Amino acid sequence: MFKKKECVAMLLAGGQGSRLYALTQNVAKPAVPFGGKYRIIDFPLSNCTNSGIDTVGVLTQYQPLVLNDYIGNGLPWDLDRTFGGVKILPPYQGKDSADWYKGTANAIYQNMQFIDQYDADYVLILSGDHIYKMDYAKMLEYHKKNNADCTIAVIDVPIEEASRFGIMSVNEDDSIFKFSEKPKNPDSTLASMGIYIFNKKTLFDYLTADAKDPGSANDFGKNIIPNMLNAKERMFAYRFEGYWKDVGTLSSLWEANMDLLGEKPVFSLDDEKWRMFTRHGARSPQYIGEGAKIKNSIVSEGCKIYGTVENSVLFGDVTVMPGAVVKDSVVLNGCYISAGANVNYAILDSNVKIGAGVVLGGDKTVAPDVTVIGAGTVIADGEKIEAGSMIPDVR
Amino acid sequence: MKAAGLILSNIHDRNIPELTAKRTMASVPFGGRYRLIDFPLSNMVNSGITKVGIVTHDNYRSLIDHIGTGKDWDLARRNGGIILLPPFITAFDSPKANKLYTTRLEALMGVMEFITSCSEDVIVLSDSDVVCNMDLRDVIKQHEDTGADVTVVVREKDMNEAERKATNSIVISDGDGNIKEFIENNAAVSGKCDVSMNIVVITRTFLVTLLNTSIAHGLKGFYSQALPFLFGQAVYKTYRYDGHCAEIGDLCKYFSANMQLLKDATRDELFSNKERPILTKVRNTPPTQYGENAKVSNSLIADGCVIDGTVENCILFRGVHIKKGAVVKNSILLQDSWVGENAGLNCVISDKNVFVRDGVNLCGHETMPFYIAKGKMI
Repeated sequence: MFKKKECVAMLLAGGQGSRLYALTQNVAKPAVPFGGKYRIIDFPLSNCTNSGIDTVGVLTQYQPLVLNDYIGNGLPWDLDRTFGGVKILPPYQGKDSADWYKGTANAIYQNMQFIDQYDADYVLILSGDHIYKMDYAKMLEYHKKNNADCTIAVIDVPIEEASRFGIMSVNEDDSIFKFSEKPKNPDSTLASMGIYIFNKKTLFDYLTADAKDPGSANDFGKNIIPNMLNAKERMFAYRFEGYWKDVGTLSSLWEANMDLLGEKPVFSLDDEKWRMFTRHGARSPQYIGEGAKIKNSIVSEGCKIYGTVENSVLFGDVTVMPGAVVKDSVVLNGCYISAGANVNYAILDSNVKIGAGVVLGGDKTVAPDVTVIGAGTVIADGEKIEAGSMIPDVR
Repeated sequence: MKAAGLILSNIHDRNIPELTAKRTMASVPFGGRYRLIDFPLSNMVNSGITKVGIVTHDNYRSLIDHIGTGKDWDLARRNGGIILLPPFITAFDSPKANKLYTTRLEALMGVMEFITSCSEDVIVLSDSDVVCNMDLRDVIKQHEDTGADVTVVVREKDMNEAERKATNSIVISDGDGNIKEFIENNAAVSGKCDVSMNIVVITRTFLVTLLNTSIAHGLKGFYSQALPFLFGQAVYKTYRYDGHCAEIGDLCKYFSANMQLLKDATRDELFSNKERPILTKVRNTPPTQYGENAKVSNSLIADGCVIDGTVENCILFRGVHIKKGAVVKNSILLQDSWVGENAGLNCVISDKNVFVRDGVNLCGHETMPFYIAKGKMI
């Protein structure tokens, strides 16, 4: 049984997410929870499904256990296809060599056989680092219309932030003539989103050449894209408009969660036309007790709320006892906030227990940084946790 | 002992005609995100039963939609899994009604093929009108230990006049739990009685004998005729269940069974057992969003709701919207109900996709909840 797939997606999910510190001690960054019941990887996976791309290779390397278990057979994303679907691609021992993925380009190089199996014409490269909704089918149309070798999705960023990104300089027709990684003096505001579409043949040629170059970092941004530009391949920028957020740091992760709140949130998960899929558990509905006060927050299944919750995102099975106050915080699965505790401007990883009367974090207008508590940590009754601290401190 | 399950999905449809106008009793929504069949089905799965036949009669479109492949109960299997057993009938049969079963016994006769094709030692029968989280392994063990042919799960109930009207069969047994009599007409009883929960463990070969005997003698009723026909030749035992149990006898009981979920103890017993979760179909809704003006107390709320009004003592199903200024009390709002600005609801049961316009006030009473049919706009 064989069916050709026009476009195969390759999702780079091996990143450690080192700047998320305590949150990525045991999980890869794409598996970091987000938005009450999702994980970061739900966003590229749901985008694939919604864009009609049903064959996705997920390249794992760092701490893959949670990710493997989470993706499973791909059923939640409709990616449990008889032909195609989602496939986990870990590094493996080959006939001539065995190696970890040395870089983003090397990871794809080692899995060229996977792409060939589907006789794909195009390869979509994605990462598991961003929160956004994007129709990859439109980008592929654009790629084909331009008869391009490579199309890079870009987003217009403020000029003062441009030096944090890979910046594309483009001609009038949006063809790319220059790429500069984190330039000091940017001459454009079009930032690469790390989403590429390649013609398979061109990509394979460059990957093969790159693999033979011992001096290469085997990275798309550092090697493949510059090499292609030097060789004057047809490369185009695809302008994306809409919400796109890198959640690579604790503060940006916190902000992205807060963007879900409000009457007309900056980024809405409640979108019938572009549904976000995730693996659901068998939890009972949430119970809101007498005396509870919930304002401007999102709360998930299995929660029991008897205290006050304000401007916060609560994941499943969180308990907030009477008199406890949770404000401007992100509280992951299974956390328990005891009576009278005060959690302010914090991220609590899963199964954290906050003792009675604990004062944790500080008001977000004066706190130096968001307070972060690692998974399973128990904070004893009556303790005071300084604003901006991290437990365990792995910075 | 290996067991297979058999769930009767339609048998109590007439208990709540409002909610079963376009669905089976088994697919009546309950408790924010469940349907009634989730309870018997989860009880079976959690007790290690991996082959479950579901006997349908009519109106089972919503049931098929809910069950799907059975994946959400881990019952999408090559061996066993969920087996839907709709009636054999064609458009040319005349009169059609003669081919559809009218009693429990006829329903079982209609699925003889399923029963004989099983290789399991016992069949666990269950209806869809009882909400409980029960370990059926205990019942099956007692069935085996006592050498019974039939074990009927019963619970003790105090029969006042109101209870008598809408209750399941009464089971009279001696001190050792040997069943002496089944009473179908409850008018005469009073005081404490054992009431069948319609969860019955039957030795499979005995069930085949019972059904063949019933066919040979033209019997109609399961409790009233078939079981009594073999009194003395077979061992009938009761199994007393003391846990939380809500029997959905009519709309009023449906209302109170939902409201019982607002008690911590009830929820803990039904939903907090990590080894025995109540499983249901996943609908993939985002978490619930609470607005600036939300005031919520003592309520059970499913995911996907958007709440900016006042909600007190309510059960809200998935995707319910409560707009600013709306006040909803003591009500059950099914999936995707919409309550407009400054509307007021008290003791209301709204079916799926009901739209209550801005400023509309509706009020029922807990003994007579105001029911709004599916898709109505008020």
